[in-house]
Amino acid sequence: MISPGKNKLSLTLKVWRQASPKASGSFREYSLQDISPDMSFLEMLDILNEKLIADGQEPVAFDHDCREGICGSCGVMINGQAHGPDRETTTCQLHMRRFEDGDTIFIEPWRANAFPVVKDLVVDRTAFDRIIQAGGFVSMKAGQAPDGNSVPIPRQDQESALDAAVCIGCGACVAACSNASAMLFTSAKVSHLAQLPQGSPERHQRVLNMVAQMDKEKFGACTNIYECEAACPAGVKVTHIARMNREYLKATLCAQEESKEGGGGHG
Amino acid sequence: MSDAGEYRLQSRTPDGPLAQKWDNCKNELKLIAPNNKRKYDIIVVGTGLAGASAAASLAELGYNVKSFCFQDSPRRAHSIAAQGGINAAKNYPNDGDSVYRLFYDTIKGGDFRAREANVYRLAQVSSNIIDQCVAQGVPFAREYGGTLANRTFGGAQVSRTFYCRGQTGQQLLLGAYSSLMRQVSLGKVTMFPRREMLDLVTIDGVARGIITRNLVTGEFESHSAHAVLLCTGGYGNVFYLSTNAKGCNVTAAWRCHKRGAFFANPCFTQIHPTCIPVKGDYQSKLTLMSESLRNDGRVWVPKKQNDTRSPESIPDEDRDYYLERRYPAYGNMVPRDVASRAAKERCDAGYGLGETGKAVYLDFQRAIKEQGEDVIRSKYGNLFHMYEKITDENPYKVPMRIYPAVHYTMGGLWVDYHLESTVPGLYVLGEANFSDHGANRLGASALMQGLADGYFVVPYTVGHHLASRPLPAVTTAHPRFQEVKAEAEGRVKKLLSINGKRTVTSYHRALGEIMWNNCGMARTEASLKQAIQSIGELRREFWENVHVPGSGSDFNQQVEQAGRVADFLEFGELMCRDALEREESCGGHFREEHRTEDGEAKRDDERFAHVAAWEHAGNDVSAEVRHKEQLAFETIHMTTRSYK
Repeated sequence: MISPGKNKLSLTLKVWRQASPKASGSFREYSLQDISPDMSFLEMLDILNEKLIADGQEPVAFDHDCREGICGSCGVMINGQAHGPDRETTTCQLHMRRFEDGDTIFIEPWRANAFPVVKDLVVDRTAFDRIIQAGGFVSMKAGQAPDGNSVPIPRQDQESALDAAVCIGCGACVAACSNASAMLFTSAKVSHLAQLPQGSPERHQRVLNMVAQMDKEKFGACTNIYECEAACPAGVKVTHIARMNREYLKATLCAQEESKEGGGGHG
Repeated sequence: MSDAGEYRLQSRTPDGPLAQKWDNCKNELKLIAPNNKRKYDIIVVGTGLAGASAAASLAELGYNVKSFCFQDSPRRAHSIAAQGGINAAKNYPNDGDSVYRLFYDTIKGGDFRAREANVYRLAQVSSNIIDQCVAQGVPFAREYGGTLANRTFGGAQVSRTFYCRGQTGQQLLLGAYSSLMRQVSLGKVTMFPRREMLDLVTIDGVARGIITRNLVTGEFESHSAHAVLLCTGGYGNVFYLSTNAKGCNVTAAWRCHKRGAFFANPCFTQIHPTCIPVKGDYQSKLTLMSESLRNDGRVWVPKKQNDTRSPESIPDEDRDYYLERRYPAYGNMVPRDVASRAAKERCDAGYGLGETGKAVYLDFQRAIKEQGEDVIRSKYGNLFHMYEKITDENPYKVPMRIYPAVHYTMGGLWVDYHLESTVPGLYVLGEANFSDHGANRLGASALMQGLADGYFVVPYTVGHHLASRPLPAVTTAHPRFQEVKAEAEGRVKKLLSINGKRTVTSYHRALGEIMWNNCGMARTEASLKQAIQSIGELRREFWENVHVPGSGSDFNQQVEQAGRVADFLEFGELMCRDALEREESCGGHFREEHRTEDGEAKRDDERFAHVAAWEHAGNDVSAEVRHKEQLAFETIHMTTRSYK
């Protein structure tokens, strides 16, 4: 994929334009010349926008912020692939050296009922925040914490929890899934906290509430296709979905126990 | 200098010995009874480490919190991009660390231009932060026995930095965000994403609300409260190219400044030594490579000028490990300002790499040989991956090329010991304030400060404001809200009506170039005067010739950007004025005229051991008035800062 000194690219872009959530959208075609292979994909879109403004047209709206692959703001479908062709790479970290001179590139927003389009390539992902609100936390207050070393955590557990916690919440997993399922996103948080002693007291309520919220937001079910893992720029694995399913099963059994005893649950 | 201005700079530093000041302060703060807290509304602007931790903690206490961010979710604030780690005086490695040492290193690292009492408090609460984050489920790196691991950062001779691979900021922010989301689910925080704060509303001189613009609908909104907390980050994007996120801006802070909040030490900016060098004129941002890399990476340039051999074919004797040569005691772990200037010195002298000559090597060969590639991957894997994505070079095989870039801003709105600005009821936290890092921030201290302010300082001090001031009931129907809102609307309308020929981005780039060339790593009287003139000209042209397409009544990113650049065009001039007036070199502020014989920064403690706090006056930046808060060093002696 690497070709040093690669020449500048001429590209045809087919970009989804949609004025507002309720408007109907369509692809619009643009051509760009002199694109440096060292540019990032978003810098290429910057060039397009500067050109559109100069031509008296409205620039393409797209979400972006840190441009170093960690904030999770950016994300578009590039030729049908969430975040484009590179593995473990956000749209902002994709570089134009990945494309050939003369290529046509289709650029679309995430497509999912739970992620309505705001404008052009921008979607509303607040459903993810609501899933976290349902239980993606440890209930504790500032000032209550014991010393950080009071509970030893085996290194492999901490590393494994971190493998899940690295999720950047971009939504690529949902966009890549034919069912628009949010299982990878939700399981990343469940799995992160389930592997740490701090997350243990609320583990049953957490998984039940988060899964219920996920369903309520109209994300689809998981049918084990694993497109989510292939699209995930943070490298979150589907094994976390398996862990969430185990957690869910345990919680379902325990919740019946707990409700008999009249305990359990959180506010 | 007006006496009235300096009278307003009362630091409210508590009495007593340094180590007891924070306790003494807390003992005297007035309290709000638990069942009365729900009668108070608090606005928190920004959801980074400072904002998210403050909003969550205040809601836990029982206040009604309204939280605002311009991103689509509070989890995306730029704290998320912090890589290396967070300092705390835990002394877990048993290597001689203490609260005093963390305090001393931080104040020395800041070149003795920070307030002693604030920095000491920061060091005191640092341990609580680690405990708090562990309890939230932040997966800090651990040893095989299950205890917390540490690494070393610049400017310290102990290991006190806690970390989560190369993504510590992400994990800390997601911890604070999870606490914030919990409070949203409990109904104590109302979240307002995709909102930009465009002005501050003061009534009878007290901050009582804000004006925001809904970035989806374009609507202007008024929000009232009993206190306003500004947690809106730094102003590094005045340079256009920086390691900040694209959305980072000075607007909220600048608008508060125009409503009476003094702006302190705006010229104190941090240039980070290890960033990926600039490649082309299309470049939209710069990417940091964590300072933690210097634990295992060695910085060098060829000993010969224009040495075109590939790095692996240059033998050790032809390499100049200039940091190890110049600073044997700290070597590659000197503080950021020192490392940045040393890189600039080598490049200016003609030893820089590549076509631009503006790059030096950061080399891991020795570490890989000694520790193995897998160990290096486990420490820095995500950083190496990011480097390869951007540069198309594999840093496991060839040394990284790096160059300094704008990273952090130590200056910010002036605050007292309570973190309250010169506008009563307006509190400023995290990078947005000026208080803890002096003229240079040490690595792994920004995360510490953001969380200290939000979890452990402001929850105490804001209660004192609520309990001790008469705060008559105010709603957004108050005429003051209508007036300020009309002004904010007017500014957006004006920007849309100019209909000129140049894009917003082109002005931002032009401003960045002026700032970097004249007010960057090295500054002179002549360069600063030139910059002040050029910025004035650019600003005038902007208001006559900028082209902002689209309308103000829907989702329009050009409108957002135009407002931010308009404010940077004013703020940049104040930065240059501040740099011009500070006729000394300290920390990140390097005036060519003030240097020692071997090229180090030369402070002038007689004349400049003070905070410069600028008061907005009239409508022009040239009318801003400079006030001084003299820094009193009761416990430590100011020394020449040496890392040799």
